[in-house]
Amino acid sequence: MQSTSAKRIIPGTPVFDGDAAQKGYAINAMCFSFNEAKNRQAFLDDEEAYCAKFKLTPEQREAVRQRNVLAMIAAGGNVYYLAKLAGIFGLNVQDLGAQQTGKSVPEFKQMLLDQAKGI
Amino acid sequence: MAKVIGGIFTSHVPAIGGAIAKGLQDDPYWKPFFDGFHPIHAWLKDNRPDYVVTFSNDHGLNFFLDKMPTFAVGAAAQYDNADEGWGLPLFNSVPGSPELSWHIINTLVEEELDIVTCQEMLIDHALSIPLELAWPNRRTYDFKLVPVGINTVQHPLPSPKRALALGRAVHKAIESWPEDAKVLIFGTGGLSHQLDGERAGFMNPDYDRFCLDNLPSNPDALTRHSALDIVELSGSQGIEILNWIAARGAMGDWVREASRNYHIPISNTAAATVLMVPEDALVSA
Ligand SMILES: [Fe+2]
Repeated sequence: MQSTSAKRIIPGTPVFDGDAAQKGYAINAMCFSFNEAKNRQAFLDDEEAYCAKFKLTPEQREAVRQRNVLAMIAAGGNVYYLAKLAGIFGLNVQDLGAQQTGKSVPEFKQMLLDQAKGI
Repeated sequence: MAKVIGGIFTSHVPAIGGAIAKGLQDDPYWKPFFDGFHPIHAWLKDNRPDYVVTFSNDHGLNFFLDKMPTFAVGAAAQYDNADEGWGLPLFNSVPGSPELSWHIINTLVEEELDIVTCQEMLIDHALSIPLELAWPNRRTYDFKLVPVGINTVQHPLPSPKRALALGRAVHKAIESWPEDAKVLIFGTGGLSHQLDGERAGFMNPDYDRFCLDNLPSNPDALTRHSALDIVELSGSQGIEILNWIAARGAMGDWVREASRNYHIPISNTAAATVLMVPEDALVSA
């Protein structure tokens, strides 16, 4: 059930609330399991079976298949948990940032460095 | 009676752990951050805590969405670091003090702060990295830890006002602990950063400066914003400033800054390290 109160929109900024926590339960549960090395290996051995075991929704499964972070978030993924999945793919937070902002990784890193000018 | 001797506030970016493992403290990218710990190392030589009380947020190691405590107080005899999903080398275990933990728990509930108690609790990079930064290369610690966890993962988050009240109640507990002991406070995380969404990479030096300027002498100024205001001002993970606000509350009323370091960027984060001491403390830091 969706919450009834009006939601505050912060542009470009996911707010992981009760609706997202319900919607994203399966994908986040799978990501939480990756705290254990044997589960990371099981995912790598058979991604399809591992996603099925956690009952990912079709939207979540497609987002994982495409390694698409914004789509995972839209499907209820939370970045604190998704970071564990990203690790399996060898992606760090600059790679994630570049993908989500449509920049190349060097462009994204430069954007981070450029903010030092504001100090 | 126990006494708060100081507070260490620092970012806890996971990549700092990688830099420590690779010995990159003097690397040009990392040096401006690690240099912020020189005055803290000097201060810690003369100030050895018996207890360390920390405020940090869990990053999906202890808590999942099945049970998500707003405030959680550890009451374990030992706290172990564990794999957070990246298979990194583990940090040291830290001894706990169930006695002080339960004293804090009892005081908090008396003060109508109805926390969750955890007789088993793992520590993640949000604690391991700050402890390693403060005491590099220690195999064992000669203080005892009481960790306090604050939910920054799943909204609704506690308000900054509530986080400050939590910290102030912890201070009351420390002051009423009968042992003649020295207590050091840690607040970890932040400052402004955002990992997720189209605004990933966002930082806000103006808001960070507002926080750093006000936290020692006027922490209530930080409670004029709601948690969602802070998400907007500081980024979706910049809200980890809640840990700093609670830690500041735990230091008591009269506090001054003894050292400050602020550097952009460390990974995707505006990184800060601050030492605060009680107003009447003599410090050569
Ligand atoms: Fe964090």
